[in-house]
This record gives sequence, structure tokens and C-alpha cells, in this order.
Amino acid sequence: MVENRPFRDFMAYLTLALGIVIVVFPVYLAIMASTFDAATIINGNMPLLPGDQAAVNYPRALFYGGVHAREPVGMMMFNSMIMALGIAIGKILISVLSAYAVVYFKFPFRKTAFWVIFITLMLPVEVRIYPTYKIVADLGMLDTYTGLVLPLIASATGTLLFRQFFMTIPDELLEASKIDGAGPFRFFKDTLLPLSMTTIAALFVIQFIYGWNQYLWPLLITTQSSMQTIVIGIKKMITTTDALTEWQIAMTTAVLAMVPPVLVVVFMQRLFVKGLVETEK
Amino acid sequence: MLPLLLIVPQMAITIIFFYWPASQAIWQSFLREDAFGLSSEFVGFENYVSLFEQPEYYRAMVTTVIFSSLVAFFSLGCSLLLATQADKNLRGGQAYKTLLIWPYAVAPAIAGVLWIFMFHPTLGTLSRPIKAVGIDWNPMLNANHAMTLLVLSATWKQISYNFLFFLAGLQSIPKSVIEAAAIDGAGPLRRFWTVIFPLLSPTTFFLLVVNIVYVFFDTFGIIDAVTGGGPAGQTTTLVYKVYADGRLGGDLGGSAAQSVILMVIVIALTAVQFRYVERKVQY
Repeated sequence: MVENRPFRDFMAYLTLALGIVIVVFPVYLAIMASTFDAATIINGNMPLLPGDQAAVNYPRALFYGGVHAREPVGMMMFNSMIMALGIAIGKILISVLSAYAVVYFKFPFRKTAFWVIFITLMLPVEVRIYPTYKIVADLGMLDTYTGLVLPLIASATGTLLFRQFFMTIPDELLEASKIDGAGPFRFFKDTLLPLSMTTIAALFVIQFIYGWNQYLWPLLITTQSSMQTIVIGIKKMITTTDALTEWQIAMTTAVLAMVPPVLVVVFMQRLFVKGLVETEK
Repeated sequence: MLPLLLIVPQMAITIIFFYWPASQAIWQSFLREDAFGLSSEFVGFENYVSLFEQPEYYRAMVTTVIFSSLVAFFSLGCSLLLATQADKNLRGGQAYKTLLIWPYAVAPAIAGVLWIFMFHPTLGTLSRPIKAVGIDWNPMLNANHAMTLLVLSATWKQISYNFLFFLAGLQSIPKSVIEAAAIDGAGPLRRFWTVIFPLLSPTTFFLLVVNIVYVFFDTFGIIDAVTGGGPAGQTTTLVYKVYADGRLGGDLGGSAAQSVILMVIVIALTAVQFRYVERKVQY
């Protein structure tokens, strides 16, 4: 920066290190808890260095589950994965198509159509849960993947993102591909889609995390335990009376639940930041 | 024909899963169902009136306001502090960034579980030092303790998001402005409050709105995991009450009326945000 002061740099390192410790500690504790047996955790003196039960806890959580709710966490993770992928892919699919229509075509009620979609930005699913629940129930979609996915992709973030991006693409590209004899389909497939790859990937990252972390909606519409997502499953593990909670399995599940989305953020950081910043505009 | 085909999937999903339920919520808020859900009659604004006669509703409102102001204040403050430090061209800057942003990926409910484990009254690692000081720490029985735990976990979860946006905001401030202030003899603190902070105000304002919306809606998972709205309903926020009244109480009309009020609040917040976005475009 402007001055060069070693002391200030030192303070900056210290502040950041402290921040990181606070941010990391709860997760560190969960990872440690996943390496002990129930008795060690219950007596309230859990050591801060790893124990030797990880090889017991992880397979048990993944393939068997808790003693009371015997759903294997592996199956919950599979459900979460389907839901997250369904939401991410579904949203990209419908919004890239509708953005293409809104930006490149003139048709009656184009403005109206845009606003009809745009308004959905304002209302999160939490404020209309019961009526949405009723519709999904009437359509026979309770306890189905379709019911988990479809209501959550009814939102405008993707459409707006693609619309903004399409409007930055120079008209000359459209002219050029027209001269080459390309119709609307070829232009979309050969020009627009390849150019949109980064935007698609960024949206995918954000939506995957959004979908994986959903809580209220799956809580309402999944009644069978075989359809539960992992975020719901772990909460059910700790609601039973304190004495019955198997904390080592609950914390193992918490670690498993964090792994996929955290990996996505860490390894696709650039796309993640791009997606986060652009969907919020 | 083609453009209509392209737009039909999104339109259909939006109408079926957005407009239809939203209008149902509005309609239901004017109805009252009998105990068996067999018949319903139009009761005008009665659901709203009885809502505003409930002391629990005011309590949920107060809880929501306290909860959102605390979380917004602490998460904005902490992340601004961290972002200003990370903006200093330190060695290993990228690593710091990565280590600070990943909690964004943790589900709110999971964040709640992590914190309840840490501060569990009997087995929590951090409860012992608190009890050693002489505080009878028990977030399951004491409403203030429960709220503290909620604020901590919600803040923890939100810091990464605010940090990213503050850092981007700081990096977009031209270095020449800061150097000019330094040449005029302004020290680091003075530079921060008279130059950097005012230039950062659009980001701060944007984040303030986003954080309030976050606390309103996304913290549902945290509350359900950590306190379940308790003890004795004292950490029930407006959104949690919509859920609890409709599901556990079966009062669909009242729950719908609450939904409608929430919709109005969100629309107002979004309108405020859009006005700001518009101003930024003119900038």
C-alpha cells in the first residue's frame, strides 16, 4: 500500500489468521468428533486431536445410518446429489432458452413475458410454502425428485444472467452467421452456446450449492425416509432426546454433507466468485 | 412460433409453481377453514386482524428485527475488517481468500448443527470455559443464550459472502485516490473513514439489504436446527412462524396472511435495492 510499515502488515496477518481460526474451528471440531466413539464425546472432554474411530464411523454412517433413523447417509447423499444437479441443470436449461427468446426474437407480449419472469426474483419459496406444497401434492409429486426440483427452478436469476450476457454479444456475430446461412438453431448451437460456456459454468456452481443446501422445501415434501436429503437427515439425527443422540454419527454426517459443496467452492473458486457476483446484480 | 416454444418451459414452471401458489396464498389469507379442512368461508381481513391481536406475532416481529440487526451488524463489521486486511497485498493473499470464503458452501442447517455441537450445554467443547467463568450456559432453556447462539452461527455463515463483496469493492477503489490522501498527510485510520469507507458505501448498502433478506429467509435452517423456535417460542422469527403455524398449528388462513405480509416486506426491500442499483448505473 502507501506506506511500508512492518507492524501494520503483522497486524493484518494476525487479524486474518484469527479470522481463519474462527471460521475453521467449528468444522475442525466436527471432523474431530467424527473420529471418536460416542462415550468420548458424551462425557464432555473430547480431545482436540483426532481419535481412532474414523474407520468405524464413516462406513457406518454411509451404509447404515443412525441407530434410530436407519437411513444410510450414502442414500441421502445420492438424493441430495440428484436434487442439486436437477436444480442446476434444470435452471440453466430453461433460462438459457427463454433468455435466447427474449433477446433475439420479437414476438407479441415479449415485454410482458420478461416481466412475468422477472418478478419471481422478489419472492423466495419460503413465503409461499404451503400453497406450493398443496400444488405439488395435487400433482402427485410428493416424495419424487420432480417435486423436489421443479418448484425451486421457478426463478429469474438465470434468465437475467443470460439476458445480460447475450446483450453484450456484438450483432456482427449474428450477421456473420446469417451470411453463412445459419438458422436460429445453428446460431444458438454453434455461436451462442460456446460463447456462454463460462456463464453456464458459473451459474451451475452457484445453483449446485443452492440446491444441495436446500432445507425447508425438502423438509416439507419428503415424507418417506428413502427420499430424504442429507441436510434434513442430519437434523433428524440430533432432534431425538439428548441421551439418544449419537453425536459421532451426526458429526460424521455433517462432515459428509459439507464435502461436495465445499469442494466445488474451493476447486472452482473463479467460477464461484463470478457466479456469485453476477447473479446478485 | 419458435420464440414461444423457447419461452414456454420457463413460463409454465413459473406460472404453476410461482404465480399460482402466490395468488393462492393471497386468496387463502381471506378465508377461514373449519377444523377438518372440509369447508372454508370468506372472512375478509379477519385473519389479518386476529394476527395483529396476537402477542406472539409482535414477539416474532421483535425477534426478527433484533436477530437481523445483530447478524447484519456483526457479519458486516467482521467481514469489512477482514477484507481491509486482505486488501493489503500480503503474501499468500489468495490462500487467505480461499480459507475465508468456503463457509458459503455450508448449508445453514449444517452450520447450526456445528454450532450447537460446539456450545452444547453438557458436551460442548466451548461450553466448559463459559461455565468455568460462572455463567449457567444453556441455550436450550435460556432465550438469551439461544439467541446468542443463533446470531453466532448466522454471522459465521454470512461472513464469507460479505467478505467477497467487500474485497471486490475495496479493489475497485483507485489506488491514486488513497495515495493522494496519504500525500495530504492523512494517516491510515483517517484515510479509511474519510476516503475508503464513503467510496465503499454502495457495496455496504447493497450488502445490508442482502443480509437482511438472508436473515429473514435463509436462516430458517439454522433456527430449526439450533432452537426449533424455542425455548417457549422466544426465537421464533416471522418466517419460522409461517412454517410453525401452518404445519404444527394447522392454521392455514393465519399462516397465509403472514405469508402475504412477508411478501410485502420482501417486495419493499427489493424495491429499495433496485433504486440503489439504478443509481449505481448512472454513476
